[in-house]
Amino acid sequence: MLRKIRTAVAIAVIAILTFGFIDFAGVIDNPLLQKIQFGPALLSLSIVTLVCLIAATLLLGRLYCSVICPLGIFQDFFNWLSKKFDKKKKYGYKPEQPWLRWGVLAVLIIAWICGFTFLVGLLEPYSAYGRMADELFRPVYLFGNNLLAAILEKFGNYSFFKVVISLKSITAFVVALLTLLVVGHISYHHGRTWCNTICPVGTLLGFFSRFSLLRIRIDKDKCNHCLACQRKCKAYCIDSKNQTIDYSRCVDCFDCIDACKQKALSFGPLKCGKSAKESTTADAVDESKRQFLKSSLVIAALAPAALEAKVTGRKDERVPMSPPGSISHRNLLQHCTACHLCVSKCPSHVLKPAGMEYGLGGIMQPVMKFDDGYCNYDCNLCSQVCPAGAIRPLTVEEKHHTQPGRVVFNKDICVVNVNRTSCGACAEHCPVQAIHMVPFEGGLTIPETTPDLCVGCGGCEFICPVKAVHIEGNPIHLEAKEPEQDSNIQTQDFDFGF
Amino acid sequence: MDRRDFLKTLAAAGALVTVKTSGMMDVMASTTPANAATGDGNADLAAIMNGEPAAMLEAAMKELGGIGRFIKKGDKIVIKPNIGWDRTPELAGNTNPDLLTALIKMCQDAGAAEIKVFDHTCDNWSRCYDHSGIEAAVKKAGATMVYAHEQSSYQQVDIPNGKTLKNAQVHKAIIECDKWINVPVLKNHGGALMTCAMKNHMGIVWDRRAFHSRGLHQCIADICTYKPAVLHIVDAYRTVATNGPQGRSASDVVLTKALFASPDIVAVDTAAGKFFTQVNKNIRFEDIEHIPDGQSLGLGTMDLESINVKRVRL
Repeated sequence: MLRKIRTAVAIAVIAILTFGFIDFAGVIDNPLLQKIQFGPALLSLSIVTLVCLIAATLLLGRLYCSVICPLGIFQDFFNWLSKKFDKKKKYGYKPEQPWLRWGVLAVLIIAWICGFTFLVGLLEPYSAYGRMADELFRPVYLFGNNLLAAILEKFGNYSFFKVVISLKSITAFVVALLTLLVVGHISYHHGRTWCNTICPVGTLLGFFSRFSLLRIRIDKDKCNHCLACQRKCKAYCIDSKNQTIDYSRCVDCFDCIDACKQKALSFGPLKCGKSAKESTTADAVDESKRQFLKSSLVIAALAPAALEAKVTGRKDERVPMSPPGSISHRNLLQHCTACHLCVSKCPSHVLKPAGMEYGLGGIMQPVMKFDDGYCNYDCNLCSQVCPAGAIRPLTVEEKHHTQPGRVVFNKDICVVNVNRTSCGACAEHCPVQAIHMVPFEGGLTIPETTPDLCVGCGGCEFICPVKAVHIEGNPIHLEAKEPEQDSNIQTQDFDFGF
Repeated sequence: MDRRDFLKTLAAAGALVTVKTSGMMDVMASTTPANAATGDGNADLAAIMNGEPAAMLEAAMKELGGIGRFIKKGDKIVIKPNIGWDRTPELAGNTNPDLLTALIKMCQDAGAAEIKVFDHTCDNWSRCYDHSGIEAAVKKAGATMVYAHEQSSYQQVDIPNGKTLKNAQVHKAIIECDKWINVPVLKNHGGALMTCAMKNHMGIVWDRRAFHSRGLHQCIADICTYKPAVLHIVDAYRTVATNGPQGRSASDVVLTKALFASPDIVAVDTAAGKFFTQVNKNIRFEDIEHIPDGQSLGLGTMDLESINVKRVRL
């Protein structure tokens, strides 16, 4: 029964969460399930979310890993698939790998302190799934939509519309594909091994779930050591012989309860004076943690200097532009796990996963690029959806006064100057007249910039036929000035004029 | 299929082909601009002031001899407004939705078989369609809103009469329709100085950058020769006087309450352009080059004295 409820909830959660990533029509503008993910909540220090998730884990164990974490549910799917092909599939008991688990976590903490957030994002499970959804599932969904739209269009029905499918970044695509293959492979063959050896969230929640109030209990009197539960346990955490369970690895899938013919397994409050095994693992863990903390402190003290040097070494390249609301490159670097929710939600296809624009640490974090569109003046979606505090919420009004980058005009290649023909495409697209046209030779007009007004939307850069205008990012965002109202306009008493 | 069915199908197909050809003939007949005085007492250009959009449209069509002069029963019609920007109707960045509602009604009453509406927007298309109020107005009026944000909606065509622009990718709705009606909004424009009926043609093509890099005014005039609209209705109910074509705020917008309509694109732009120079006194009509460019391509006349102009104040 519990297992069925768990499965039903998990399916609902992953369906809704995935839809949040692939929905292009704005059905769900502000996905909620994305906001209760542990990794982003930790990086944004969303105290309420963190307290709730940890409290839930202390109460129920790692149920999070079975019904909230999309990568966990994704692995359960592969695991289920493997059983369809191999009816006799069996698991067993394997001892915990504390060094590996805590080691990975320690490395990630060090990486984060050093500004190498890329690695954190790479392994953070929600973000890993987000990238798969955005880079792999979304194009498939769009393709299906386009096919349907094309068919309906043939019959004069325009209720569906086609959407441009594009590869946003090769890096992100490859990373997503590799994640799919690696995590898929591991879960197909080895159940939840990924969650219990690599996953940083699994390790952290595993620490709390040792002390959970409700847990799987083995009734020692009923148990006949048949190993049925152990063989069903995809987390390899039931030691049927000794009648113990490693609660730091149990993900509350409840498969074992259904498997036990003796009804010796149940989910309920912990009875006192049980399980000697737990304490031993806990000791071992403490030891390893201490070791890693020590070494991490040493590396953390040394590494930032090295990384900094690398970043300042880049010259005469354009300064990248981080999305409005991200405050600064530094803020983005500290918080963004590259889940690509903002990338998938950006209606103008401006946000793209970065390559090396922000340096090594910021690979795959969102960067504004104006190849396929420009940032809509009145749109603040990316700032609304970010679960990690990397892009802080902005009202539309606040966004109008945020300057993530400034306009730069190169008169030498402007078509008005070179060809002596009129253009004005840049000024036309500027929502704040930070580029406006001023009289030039012979009735022509040529762009003039007022960078203080610029909101960095990139409309000018997008439309300029010769790229004589571009936006240079501000590493720390500035405030866009309010334009003055000038006018030589008549508001009444018109005649026909001809 | 038995013989009777076969014969029925054959008859139906034959009828269909006939209708189709006659539609084509109409298009060909109407490709010569109706600027030469028609002599039937109908105005060549109607300029209306001081009314609401729908009332001004009605007055204009009365002067021009009714919508039936331009479209026939069974015609497949495209109405092409300006929906370029993510702006509400009050900010006048796009054609007035009330005007479109009235026009669609008129076309339906005239027996149009199909009415499609689209524009290749500059800002994000769904926001433009939505915030302009046009998508809602069009759907409510019972016409079809067509999408234009994707390259597959466009098809490469030759522009044999173009001087600079020899070919372009034009929206299929324009290519496939029997007749289309051009419904621009009158605005200031940083590059072209004024945007009106001719400039509105940039919304039927896919690659606008080419226009900008190859000489904006000439390309605008060139694209107007492709498949001239049967009627141009200029919405000047509200006018973006400065900082166009988007306008920064309501302070750029003037309530001008005017409407110009004519089958002659050059005449209608001339009239609207001269009207516009009253609103923004910084713009000189002579500098709006694409209008004389259009005249020299034979699209129409700038000499408003030579045609029958009706001015009406409501």
